[in-house]
Amino acid sequence: MTSMVPFLIYLAIFAASYLVVNKAIRRAVRTGLAARKTVTFGDESAVVPDRAASVISIVTLFLLWGIFTGSALVPAFLHMPGPYIGGGRFTYVVEDRDGRRDEATVFWRVAAPGEKGEKPEIDPGEGPAKNDAIVIRAYRSAQLSWDRNDEDGFRRKAGARIIEIAGVPVDYDPARRGEADASDRPKPVVEVENATVTLSDKGALIITPYTGWQMEPIWLPPPEDVVKRLFDIASEGFRGATLWEHLGFSLMRVVVGFFFGSLVGIPLGYAMGLSNWFRGWFDPIVEFMRPVPPLALIPLVIIWAGIGELGKIVLLFLAALWIMAIAARSGVSGVRISKVHAAYSLGASKSQIMRHVIVPNSLPELFTGARVAMGVCWGTVVAAELVAAEKGAGMMIMVASKFQNTDIVIMGIILIGVIGFGIDILMRWLERRLVPWKGKG
Amino acid sequence: MAELSIENVSMRFDLPGGTSIQALKDVTLHLKAGELMSVLGPSGCGKTTLLNIVAGFLAPTEGRVAINGRTVTGPGPERGMVFQQGALFEWMNVRENVSFGPRMKGMPKAEMQQIVEHLLDVVGLADFKDKAIYELSGGMQQRVALARCLANDPDVILMDEPLGALDALTREKMQSLVLRLWKETGKTIILITHSVEEALLLGERLIVMAPRPGRIHREYRLPFADLGVGADLREIKKHPDYDPTREEILNMIWNMEEEIMGRTEVAT
Repeated sequence: MTSMVPFLIYLAIFAASYLVVNKAIRRAVRTGLAARKTVTFGDESAVVPDRAASVISIVTLFLLWGIFTGSALVPAFLHMPGPYIGGGRFTYVVEDRDGRRDEATVFWRVAAPGEKGEKPEIDPGEGPAKNDAIVIRAYRSAQLSWDRNDEDGFRRKAGARIIEIAGVPVDYDPARRGEADASDRPKPVVEVENATVTLSDKGALIITPYTGWQMEPIWLPPPEDVVKRLFDIASEGFRGATLWEHLGFSLMRVVVGFFFGSLVGIPLGYAMGLSNWFRGWFDPIVEFMRPVPPLALIPLVIIWAGIGELGKIVLLFLAALWIMAIAARSGVSGVRISKVHAAYSLGASKSQIMRHVIVPNSLPELFTGARVAMGVCWGTVVAAELVAAEKGAGMMIMVASKFQNTDIVIMGIILIGVIGFGIDILMRWLERRLVPWKGKG
Repeated sequence: MAELSIENVSMRFDLPGGTSIQALKDVTLHLKAGELMSVLGPSGCGKTTLLNIVAGFLAPTEGRVAINGRTVTGPGPERGMVFQQGALFEWMNVRENVSFGPRMKGMPKAEMQQIVEHLLDVVGLADFKDKAIYELSGGMQQRVALARCLANDPDVILMDEPLGALDALTREKMQSLVLRLWKETGKTIILITHSVEEALLLGERLIVMAPRPGRIHREYRLPFADLGVGADLREIKKHPDYDPTREEILNMIWNMEEEIMGRTEVAT
């Protein structure tokens, strides 16, 4: 249930900001003609993105990220409670096989995140059961073999067991844990100040200090760590290559693979759009290869071409090839027959019709295909680098994840997203510049 | 200038499953040079098929089409076509569209430019020569289509419902333009249309076709096209012969449609 908390907070902010913006501060979002429309529900053209909502949405994401990671960018009073840092103690009572009892105290201390901490210095105390000391890392729990410093009769091996923790009687006998009705005797969970204490199967103490609501950096580092990591890696590099080399290698593979895919795919698509024989010959191949996800080809490509540059480029070539062939084919078959007839009637030869009618007419389709192909190639190259690569954005995050450098992983994902978005923007810009007649024929 | 003869042309389309459709049966027509013939008929009477055969896009199953005695075997620049909208090249501007034919022939630039300027003047688009096609209205686009066809100086112009998608007002203006161009250039023109009025106003000769199989049903010789050159077409409609002819043709087509669709009772 506790993992639902961020989502509930998110929903609450969504609803609250809607109410605040729309009921309290509301100005009209719709302008111009849309402002005069009386019917807007169901009229898609009257739905415009509310910029306030976009801003609040992004701020909310970063805010949630900040408050659940104790980020320095977010005021401290907004932070979710962090893990308990500090010390505590509780007593327990040991009973040996003969029914003799003795009380001892556990002194525990939680070290700050990233530090080792030192065991508290303690007085061993009176009696056969001695006091114990333990240091626990933040966010972790620790198991304490409480009998290690005790006198012989009060060791677990000699049949001694804990019968009381912090004044709460405990009924768990590790000696009987293999019996059929063992599940009827659940292990006790005792709340002490700032921690919970329970017993392991073998009767050792397990101390779990209060962990709070924040995410451990190993799972989700605060945003400033990610930014810092970006600058670190941008200046120092990662695994023998600079950040720009990693990203550049990925991009280079995409561009080269896409280039060769188009180089073969576009003429192939044209041939399929213009000749029965080509259509018949390649239709089954193209139609079969189209639904095969390029990722499924990775193992085969690795077997055939290895994990080096060649393998990646072959993979991206294959990813782009079918998309571009199909785009070119539909670009040819999409030409309105009256345009071709008009060109013939104006005296154009076949090659002139190809050059002046069919190719320009197919350009919008080709651009749509190129946009899709670039997107697919970018996704494929990252996946291929996850599998095996020496350099590349995917390799960077995969290696980082093996070392639990979550900040690098998140940084890498964000960079991959930004580049993918950038590719799409670039393709759209090219499309507007180069085929302004798209959709206007 | 050219004579066009359509000699015993028949067209049968074989359908999958062994059946076939007789789209045209034994159509014979002779057009003198400079004649303007309009073709009317209910849907499915084969008028577009006939035009495609004349243009050379379809080969007839029987008979032949000849221009000045030479049999047509495929499309050629001596037979220009004007289509309903959508046949312009939207990746070219107005000037490039109009100059397409001469450019394909490899005409020298200066000469080509002269032709284009002149034709754009004639169709009233001199100020729009650098505009993109999609920036023009439907009527303007059809003017470009006319100019593009004329730039190639064809002997015969085939028009497949060129004004069909235009609004009534634009259509009337374009009809005047077509008449003017016909008189000025002396081209032989076949015009296919759905509109009885258009067929009457523009057709020196008017052919009414009947369906199943597509054939020539009735032929008229009309005075309106000659009268209409340079005149207000609305005045032509006041000619004493205009209304009776229109009623006759409308009834004829109406009866053909009813034969196909079955009689419809109109509540009174």
